Amino acid sequence: MRFVDEFRDAEMAQALSAEILNLCEPGRRYKFMEVCGGHTHTIYKHGLEDYLPETVTLVHGPGCPVCVIPMGRVDDAIAIATKPDVIMTTFGDMMRVPGGRGSFFDAKAAGADIRMVYSPLDSLKIAQQNPDKHVVFMAIGFETTAPSSAMTVLRAKALDLENFSIFCNHVTIIPAIKAILDSPDLRLDGFIGPGHVSTVIGCRPYEFISRQYTKPLVTAGFEPLDILQSIKMILDQIVEGRCEVENQYTRVVPWDGNPKALEVISEVMELRPYFEWRGLGFISHSALRVRDSYASFDAERIFQLPGVRVADPKACQCGEVLKGVLKPWECKVFGTACTPETPIGTCMVSSEGACAAYYNFGRFTRDRVKEASRA
Amino acid sequence: MCLGIPGRILEVLDEADLAKVDVSGVRRKVNIGLLEHERVLPGDWVLIHVGFALSKIDEDEAAATLVMLRGMGQAYTDELDALRESMIE
Repeated sequence: MRFVDEFRDAEMAQALSAEILNLCEPGRRYKFMEVCGGHTHTIYKHGLEDYLPETVTLVHGPGCPVCVIPMGRVDDAIAIATKPDVIMTTFGDMMRVPGGRGSFFDAKAAGADIRMVYSPLDSLKIAQQNPDKHVVFMAIGFETTAPSSAMTVLRAKALDLENFSIFCNHVTIIPAIKAILDSPDLRLDGFIGPGHVSTVIGCRPYEFISRQYTKPLVTAGFEPLDILQSIKMILDQIVEGRCEVENQYTRVVPWDGNPKALEVISEVMELRPYFEWRGLGFISHSALRVRDSYASFDAERIFQLPGVRVADPKACQCGEVLKGVLKPWECKVFGTACTPETPIGTCMVSSEGACAAYYNFGRFTRDRVKEASRA
Repeated sequence: MCLGIPGRILEVLDEADLAKVDVSGVRRKVNIGLLEHERVLPGDWVLIHVGFALSKIDEDEAAATLVMLRGMGQAYTDELDALRESMIE
């Protein structure tokens, strides 16, 4: 599936659209979930839902690791950042995530030494350059970034660094999907599986979805044709009575994932018994923490954390958006009190959040469709 | 972001699992330690995420992914700017 020839691809998209329509049983509605921010982006930007029959709905799931960090954990991170002689380093998308008492951005404005980095290896460099400070890396993300944090800890150990640690907030995608499947709010018929996360974990971990929950899952590439083809593959399975994990993104995703990446994650980190996810509540074995053997690189052990649970603001419906129960525009504060400039919840703050994606792209397509159907 | 960005390997360095890459004209060092089970050679394309190469990809896939990423506008240019600022060694 190549997006290099626009004309040919428009034809292919029409062809796939027709095949999808043919595979749909008359009178039956289908709901497919995609969990990856990159997929949501493609879907909204290219108005992919226009290529699908009205009976097929796509919902966006909790694929945004920034979006699911509860406010209390943001407060914990800020508590670390405001300690004397600490430099907090973080990816840019954390800067505006609202905690109970403001964001990293607010804390930085108030004098905390918080610096944006591209890579945890940059944090390591900052630690080497500032031996009299303690440098903490705010480690967030799914399995795509966990190996990078783990490799950085291993490097810190090899360098005998004593002033570096990570505040580990890595979450794992499988328990989130499982929690959604267990939730009574949602009846799903299949999944469009994440792309780059799967280069790390491979396709095998998704097998429980087809075995235990009897839902098809197809890991998809990021181009519009990839997603349309994956939807067709899911429908093929439904029509043929199959229930399997299939890989549409074979050109990038190996079935077994990246063995070295899985090895380093397992060397440095272990699963927490449970972790709180914004909007989804406590999920068991859904997040990673630093192992005892690497305790000297674990910010949670080095610093005293308030560890207070903070309830989301009443107006915020991020939880339901994250579960795919609500579409962004169905949230009461979408676009009014909650915008990218004045976000109330993380779905709007993060570039991967469903609300941010819709705000930036989807609204215009939707308005055009509404206009067209009125005319 | 979920997405890895494609970069072309310019040179594999002796130190610490590092390689010099070109990502849309930005030349930087990244860590290729996660690809230790594979042969990484100059000219190869890899998917890079936060300073680490996650997997090798072929040139066609790299080209297609770049087209898509450029279409994303801000999110991609932000990532490139961040890479430009990085000082991996």
